[in-house]
Parts: sequence; C-alpha cells; structure tokens
Amino acid sequence: MSAIVGARPALRHRLAERGVDRQLLLLLPAALFVVTLFIYPFLYGVGLSFQPTKGGTLGAYREFFTDAYLRDTILTTLRLSLPAALLNVLASVPIAYRMRGRFRGKRLLTTLLVVPITLGTVLTAQGLLNFLGPTGWFNRSLLSAGLVDAPVRLTNNYWGVFFSLVITGFPFAFLLVLSYLSGIDPSLERAAATLGAGRWQRFRRITLPLLAPGLATTFCLTFVLAFSVFPSAVLVGDPAGTTRVMSIAAYDAAYVRYDYPLASAVAVLMGLVELLVIAAVLGWRALLYTGSTAGGKG
Amino acid sequence: MAARRAIVATPAAWLVWGVVVAFFVFLAGVIGSVVVSSFGTRWFDTWLPLGWTPDWYAQAWDEFTLLPVLIVTLEVSALVVGISVLIGVPAAYVLARRGFPGRRLLYLLFLLPILMPPITYGIPLATVLYKYGFAGNLSGVVLANLVPSVPFVILTMTPFIEQIDPAVERAARMCGAGTRQVFVRILAPLLVPGILAASILVLVRTVGMFELTFLTAGPDSQTLVVALYYSMSAAGIRAQQSIDAMAVIYTSMMLVLLVLALRFVNPTQLVARVRDDGD
Amino acid sequence: MSFETLRLDGVSRSFGGHEALAGLDLTIKRGEFIALLGPSGCGKSTALNCLAGLLPLTRGSIWQDEARLDVLPPERRGFGMVFQNYALFPHLPVRKNIAFGLQMRRVPRAEIRRRVDEALRLVHLEEHAGKLPGQLSGGQQQRVAIARAVVLEPALVLMDEPLSNLDAKLRLEMRTEIRRLHQSLGLTTVYVTHDQEEALSLADRLVVLRAGRVQQVGTPEQLHTEPANWHVADFMGYRNLLPLRAGPRDGTGIVVEFEGHRLTGTPVGDAAPGGEVVAGIRPEDLRIGPAGGPGVPATVEVVEYQGREVAVEARTEGGVALNLRTADRPAVGDRITVTVEPRRLLVFPSGGAQ
Repeated sequence: MSAIVGARPALRHRLAERGVDRQLLLLLPAALFVVTLFIYPFLYGVGLSFQPTKGGTLGAYREFFTDAYLRDTILTTLRLSLPAALLNVLASVPIAYRMRGRFRGKRLLTTLLVVPITLGTVLTAQGLLNFLGPTGWFNRSLLSAGLVDAPVRLTNNYWGVFFSLVITGFPFAFLLVLSYLSGIDPSLERAAATLGAGRWQRFRRITLPLLAPGLATTFCLTFVLAFSVFPSAVLVGDPAGTTRVMSIAAYDAAYVRYDYPLASAVAVLMGLVELLVIAAVLGWRALLYTGSTAGGKG
Repeated sequence: MAARRAIVATPAAWLVWGVVVAFFVFLAGVIGSVVVSSFGTRWFDTWLPLGWTPDWYAQAWDEFTLLPVLIVTLEVSALVVGISVLIGVPAAYVLARRGFPGRRLLYLLFLLPILMPPITYGIPLATVLYKYGFAGNLSGVVLANLVPSVPFVILTMTPFIEQIDPAVERAARMCGAGTRQVFVRILAPLLVPGILAASILVLVRTVGMFELTFLTAGPDSQTLVVALYYSMSAAGIRAQQSIDAMAVIYTSMMLVLLVLALRFVNPTQLVARVRDDGD
Repeated sequence: MSFETLRLDGVSRSFGGHEALAGLDLTIKRGEFIALLGPSGCGKSTALNCLAGLLPLTRGSIWQDEARLDVLPPERRGFGMVFQNYALFPHLPVRKNIAFGLQMRRVPRAEIRRRVDEALRLVHLEEHAGKLPGQLSGGQQQRVAIARAVVLEPALVLMDEPLSNLDAKLRLEMRTEIRRLHQSLGLTTVYVTHDQEEALSLADRLVVLRAGRVQQVGTPEQLHTEPANWHVADFMGYRNLLPLRAGPRDGTGIVVEFEGHRLTGTPVGDAAPGGEVVAGIRPEDLRIGPAGGPGVPATVEVVEYQGREVAVEARTEGGVALNLRTADRPAVGDRITVTVEPRRLLVFPSGGAQ
C-alpha cells in the first residue's frame, strides 16, 4: 500500500484490479497446449497449402479446382451431409415434442439412444455391411414381405453412408433438441391453452419460435459431424466413386500421394465450406428471439 | 402442475412411437447381425448361421493380436484422461471464476478443437507430429487425443465450478484458511464429482475416437477401434466372422464403459455439454 | 359466455394415491371475488388448476349454470388465468402478449387494437407496449399478466398467488390495484393465496382449505371473528392456541382451567365439558394488568416495537409462551397478569379438522 496519499498504486495492484495476477498462471499449461498442438499445426497446415511443389502459391488450390475428381468431392460431401443433418434435426422435433416432460422409461430411452453414438461410426459401418447386405436381415425381410423382387443395394453406395449418418446422428440431434425443448417453461403452453390456443397453435406460436434458435444450433453441430464423415464413407460407401467425400480426398493426398500441400489445401477448403454453411444458418438464427425461455420473474 | 402423463393414443402419437420403435429395431438389427455372425459357423444365404461356435473369438484374439491392442488402448486412455484433467481443471477454475482481459477470446480458443471435426485439424496435426518424430508411436497418439480432450474437460468443469458459490471460498478465508487449505479442504472435495464426470466422458470419447488415432498411430500403437478399421478395410484376406468377433469385443468394451459412465453422468451429458439438470 | 352460477360438486383430485383435493363443494355467483386460502399443500392450487382445466378431475363435476364444464379442455372454457410466475410469452412484446387470446378467438384486428389499448390503460402500461417481457420489472410483468387475462372479459378470472413474488411494498400497491380492477370490471374471480391478510382484504368470500379438505367458507368478517375450528383460527391470526381440558358450562360459556386459573370462554362447534379442547385467543385480545392483579401471571420476555403498538411475548409460570399486542409499553422482565374477555376466548374441540 502506498504510504503517500495521491501517488499511483503499484503496478501489481493496478493489474490485479483488472484481473491479472498470479492465479492466471494456472491457465498457462492449457493455453500453451492449445497453441502448440492446435493453433500451430493449423497455421502450419494453412501455410503448407500455399507452398505446393509446383504451380506457385495457389498451385494446390488450382489443382483442386481443375481436377474434377477432386472438385466433385465438395458436392458429394454436401449431398450426403445436408440431407442427413436436416433429416436428423427435423425428425427429432415431433418426437422430442411428444417426449418432453416426464414419463416412465424416459431415462431408459435416452440411455438406449446414447448407445449408437458411443459405439461410433466404425462399428456402425460393420453392422450395416452385415445388416443391409444383399443376404442380410433387412433385405431378407423386404423379400419375404414381398415388397421387393430382388435384394436392394444398400451397401457400398450412397445409402450405406446415409444410413450410417442417420444412425449416429439422429440420437445426437434428438438429445440436443430434447434438452432445448425441456428448457422452455411449461407454464407458457398452459397459459396459451387458457387463452384459447389449441395444440397445433400452441406449438406453432409459442414452442416453435422459442425452439428455433436451438434447432439452428443443433443443425450446425449435426451438420459438422456429418460433413466430416470418414470411416463410413470408406467402409460402407464407395470411396472411389459416389461417396468420395472431402476427408477421403485429403487422406489420399496426404498418405497415398504424400502431397502434403494438397492435403492441407483440401483440409482448409473443408473448413471453409463448413464455415459458409454454419454462417448462413447462424445468420438466420440471429434474426430470431434468443433470450430467456422462462415465463417471467416469478 | 401437470403430473406424469400417460402415453396418449392419438394417431400422431402412434406415428411418433412407430418411428422410434422402427429406429430401435433397425439399430438392434445392425448390432445384432454382428453379434450373431461372430458366433456362427457358416453363414451365407440363410436367416441364421448354420451352426454356432465361439472359435472366432480365439482366432480374432490371435490374428489381430488383441491383447497388445487392448493394452495400448488402456494406456492411451489413461494417459489422456490423466493429463487432460491435470491441465484442464486449473484452467477451468480460472476461466470460471475470474474475469480478465482476453477471457472471452481464450474461451473461444478452447472451444474450437471441439467444434471442428477431427479430420480437419487432424491432418495438419499429424503432419506436424511426424515432422517432430512424435507420430507413429504412443506419444503421438496421446498428444493427438489430448487436443479435443483438454477443451472438453474445461468445458465440462466450468459449469461445475460456477455452481460452487464463491462465497464459500470467502467464508473459508474468513475462518482463517490459506490458499492451499481452501483448495485442499473446500474446493477439491466439491469438485470431485465434476472431475469424475469429466474423466469418464473423456475416457469414453478417447476409446471411441477414430480419426485422430488413425492418423497418428504406428503399427504397434493402435487402439482397438483403429485395429478394427484396418481389419475391415483389408477384409478380403481376413475371415469376415473373426472381424465380427473383434467388433463384438469392441462393442462390449464400449458398453461396459457406457454403463460405468452412466453411474456418474446422465445420458445427455455424453452428447451435449450441458450440466446435469436432474430429470 | 357469462354465467349466473358456477358450481363445484364434490371436486376431487388425486396424484398417485395421494388425495390433493378431497370433495370440494362450492357455488360461485357471478361477480363474486372468492379467495382460496390455506397453507402449502392444502390443495388450493390444485383446485384452481382443476377449474382451469389444466388438471382432470379424479371425481366430481363442475357446472356452469346447467352446462357441464369439466369435460372441456382449457382452451374451450373461456377463462382467464394469471399464473404465479406470470408465464408471459418471452418472445412477444407486451402488446402481442395481451392480444394473444383475442387472436385465438379471431377477433377483428381493429377491435383487438382497441381492446389492447384499453387494457394497457387499465394497468398503466401504455409506454411499455412495445417492450419484451424480459425488459420489464416484476411488478410490470405482473400487470401485463393481469391485462392479458382480463382483456378477454372472461366469465371467470383465475389468479394463482400472483403477488407472492413481489416485494412487500409492491405487494400492497398491487393488492389495491386488483381490488380496484375487480370493483370496476366486476369479473368473477377465484384467487389463490396463503396470505390471510391478502385474502381478507380482497375477497367477498373465503374458502379455507387444509390437506385437501374445506375447513370453512364464509365472509372475511365471519372467518375473522368466528373461525369454525382451531386450524382456521390458527390461520386467521389466533396466535395463542392452548391445549386444555374443558370444565363445566357456565351459562352460554364454558370453563377451562389454565395453570390453576379458571377462565371462561365461548365454545365453538361441539366443544363439550370434559373433552380435550384448544383455546384460541388473538394477541390483541389479551389485556395486560399489573402484577398481583386478577388473571394469569407472566413475565415479559421479548418486546418488539411495531409503531403505535408493541408485540410482546410473555412466559407464564408454567412455561407457556403467550403472544400479546398492546399499546402499553412494558419492559423486558416486568411481571404482569394477563386477562381476556370470555367472548374473545374461543374454545374449539381438539379434533379440529373435518
């Protein structure tokens, strides 16, 4: 403490007032960690993408966009991820709406739903190869029910990957939507009912507007998961053809062709495409009411 | 004050429940076909295998050298959990309790590795790790898996710490406790449930995490899920059913971990980064 | 859709074996202000939710004149409800919140605007019409909730402890507001509260509930001076409740013995000689006399200043604490004697609840 009235307090105190003191050192290991193992490789990768062996600074990117085999991966990945994410989110809404609130077996249900997420994409791929294969149970059931005349091709193509995305993505989206839905004050719907709103009106005018921001967030998260699909696209898809997604292109470039600049360029482009989609969705979200979903100060 | 509702039987309700049931039937079929196949003798064009045998498991165990793989999996996950908790908890404490210039930026920084898909930052990360000689063995795998785990611990712990009333720490000081005592006798016991929850979640995620280990592992530092992938993509050579056996071993391991995890956290936390709100 | 009488007939509601409301019989006349009063868990909120249609009845029926009401869902009953936590739609501005019910009824837009303006004026919120509920204070939110319920001119207004989340000063102001609104609009109102002062000042008739059963129905005056049993008395501020044994009758009165002193009181219900009884006395009905005088001796232990009067806790020789209210100024440690008029000493049977 300064003994002279009016003199400036020591630097240590001025810093402490703004929250900077020795305790911040606790942050240091984690911060260093993120910087060295995340920021640095990321920047290194971006830098690498601008240093191809030939073609000047933009050589890798030019190569990507002039080679149809590479360029088409963007569309292929979007064609898989956008519908899958949309389906996962939209299907979750009516189901979560019906399951909000308490009922017997809810905990069991959520536990069961977590299983596919925990097991992961590799196992799901293996199971789908068995289950959806030409002699698998799914085709057998269709054949014996007389719905089809010959086994339907659902593996090693678009559909195998799509199913894989839905199996691992739907529970994730559902649990998120359920938690957003549960965060909406239930007395709001009751109030709407006393004011004369029937079921559909309550949903459309009260629940949906309050849920929409959460739906946008869920879509973004689900989309990111679907967009970065990798093992399923290889195992239960057609990695050289119809399900050649961007992650496969990146992997090929890095570990098959040892063309690291190209691989980094693909990774950067992946990030960019994702960012564009997310920015669009979040931009729409910003137009909505995103405040508290409680009914009042009571 | 609505009581627990009975399930209402309107057509819309039937449709919704129908979809849910169909999903689970599908899921059961997917997992079930792997399990059945792993115990079957020959299974080509019939509903069920012609006979039953447990031999595929022994074969898989030897063929895929499962014991070393399991040990590696355990080592990797133990190290990742331990280190990420050690680094992450103090960071979470500071982030949750204090405001300082640049706090929001730092928080966003910690959020990034979780939001980004592993492949996107995994390839540059693997490249860097190879450059410095870390990749191809255990240290590379551990380092790579730490990247999403440390932020995950921070994100999970932050609400737990915010839940602890800062007034409690101040009360301890008024009673004469120094910083170390406040931490050891007041904070640590209150934080234990949060640390347990975060550890379990990191454990489950690491064992199931494919992409990062795939990109950085050498032949003797593969985790179980990566070994499974390799055996599947080289499927022509190996018998399908021993691969199925391996897959079942992996599934059982994950299910055991899941059951363990659910004793400490509620299912939604495995998925979303929300605090346990109680049902 | 107004009615002449609203009749509740044996209305009951159970939750998994526990009877939250058991056989409520009540007839409400048009324009009445009824208060449902009781401690937590007494079933008053349950009764209100049953009236609103938010809870189905386990037994009994509700009749609006000759039409059966309990088979209708809440959106078809046409009642207005003010919730305890206000339940304002957070994403709609004040104006749209109030207009919501009118929109549900497909009232033409011009008329909606007129009625919403009128409602805003009624609750003095004209300048806040465009704000979101999150930008309003607790008291303002409460007024929006009320406006939203009354703008429909419903046959019945239901209020679920609307003042309980406000601070003391605001609570008093809003209480007067609600009374004023009722006097000017004349809408039939059922009001739930656990605050007896609130109920007494607002209601035309009160229904006191305890553990799901009706204890007494009456005007504020009746409940205040003639509680039907000692639970109601307890709720109505008879802070001194003494478990005693009844002695013989004394004319219209009945004698009870308290620490060797014979006191004469007024029997209520079937308080009979020889039976176990509870004697109830209001703090303001106990008179302080000098030490040695007639009455029960006691020592002053605590004195609380309350403006013109003081609240005194005095302990008798038998160790019983008595609560008094007096304009005198006794000091701590004073020895006093306490007396009470027979008319103001109510003797209830010990069993109490119906």
